[in-house]
Amino acid sequence: MAARPEQLAALIPDGAFLALPPDYSMPSMAVVRELILQKRKNLRLLGVPVLGMCADLLIGAGCVAEVESSAVSLGEAGLAPRFTEAVEKGEIRMRDATCPAVHTALQASEKGVPFMPLRGVLGSDLIKNRPDWVVQQNPMQKTGSDPILLVPAITPDIALFHARWADEAGNVWVGRRRELATIAHAAKQTFVTYEELKPGDMLEDELLAPGVISATYITATARAERGAWPLGIAGVYDIDDAHLAQYARAARTREGFQRYLEQFVCIPAKSSSPASSPA
Amino acid sequence: MHTREELLACVVARLIGEARHVAVGAASPIPATACELLKARGQNLRVSMLHKRKGNPFTEGSRELFDLAGQGRIDVFFLGGAQIDGEGSINLVRADGKRFPGSFGSAFMYSVVKNTILFREEHSKRVLVPKVEFVSARGTPGALLTGKALFSWTGQRFRLESTHQPGDIRAETGFDYDAPPQVPVTAIPSEEDLLLLRGKVAQRIAPDYPDFARRVWGID
Repeated sequence: MAARPEQLAALIPDGAFLALPPDYSMPSMAVVRELILQKRKNLRLLGVPVLGMCADLLIGAGCVAEVESSAVSLGEAGLAPRFTEAVEKGEIRMRDATCPAVHTALQASEKGVPFMPLRGVLGSDLIKNRPDWVVQQNPMQKTGSDPILLVPAITPDIALFHARWADEAGNVWVGRRRELATIAHAAKQTFVTYEELKPGDMLEDELLAPGVISATYITATARAERGAWPLGIAGVYDIDDAHLAQYARAARTREGFQRYLEQFVCIPAKSSSPASSPA
Repeated sequence: MHTREELLACVVARLIGEARHVAVGAASPIPATACELLKARGQNLRVSMLHKRKGNPFTEGSRELFDLAGQGRIDVFFLGGAQIDGEGSINLVRADGKRFPGSFGSAFMYSVVKNTILFREEHSKRVLVPKVEFVSARGTPGALLTGKALFSWTGQRFRLESTHQPGDIRAETGFDYDAPPQVPVTAIPSEEDLLLLRGKVAQRIAPDYPDFARRVWGID
């Protein structure tokens, strides 16, 4: 088992199909910063079901070739500037999805079935742009027309997120963020950073167990105190709204984004001045 | 005197009507205010705010919201759009060479939730277009509310129901619509509603929409 975020990052190869949660659901920002430092290339990001600053950083740093997501935005802080520019300039490929299609496709993988049906969506141009999605007559409906969308199972190479606790048995605790379990169940490998290590086995505690993702699904974990920062963990530390707003302003230009990386991700400045330490 | 936000919240409250369960997505302080107003008036209404930071209603994230909606357990939902057209389609993906965040759950929610209310504060030809460039979602809207006017849906077209201020709505709307010979002015909030909005409602909205509560009610 890896012990440090940089070791987890080193296990994520160039070109990996990497599933990430939204900014409100505990992305592992500690590993995201390491991926940038390690100059990872050609990642394919899956937003489950949307992405935010976490993806914008990776895109701006040149780590990403393709994004599949229902949206990429900084929420209250506005558009995700590096994503927006990269798509407008054709620097990354965008596979537009809709939130329940992503959840459903992961649930198909979780169950080991090749596809799952989903209501709605018919009439959306999303379908025209997704040759992998199929609209078919509902085979259970014997009379009358009932078209329904089928989405193929999505199996990410790697799921990556942050957790409140890990324990000595290799389990992680995500509390109410149980949608993270679906990503872990569907992915080939799951890497998790955590705030604190708990002694023993959380599955033996009836109150903790419902928020646990079993070690069965966890490939490796690493301790990263405040590893979601500048995003948050409900009840532990809040999203740093002021920092997000600062990032949104900085990342409007490539130069501003580069300065942000130098200051907060410790990318060495081009002028070879010593890197500042992270906040 | 009421603010524009208070007026819009009262209109949204009217559009929600007798619903039992309303879901509120990201960045929707006015729909959230409308829901809290209905609760403050004593309506037995369940409100599920996806982005509630403390005491979030879900334990399986947005997946649970979409499953609830797919089963018909959500009566009212709100959608906006970078573009909205005269056929009721919305576009959250791209327009005029500009990229927007993306469709979120709209493609699903618009067709499975019985009463989808289209809400966009900006009322301009840039937003209200004859035909959207990209159809994120198509459906049957319950209504279209903007910062200037309220439209109902006839089944094929929008119909102008009222304007919040006197003005030439047709000149500011890119799509064609039906209208009565005399367009009424949108009903203004009652004194009772204003008291509730500035009291109980403001206090309930502030934790999740601090900027909004500060701007509209001066709550810090």
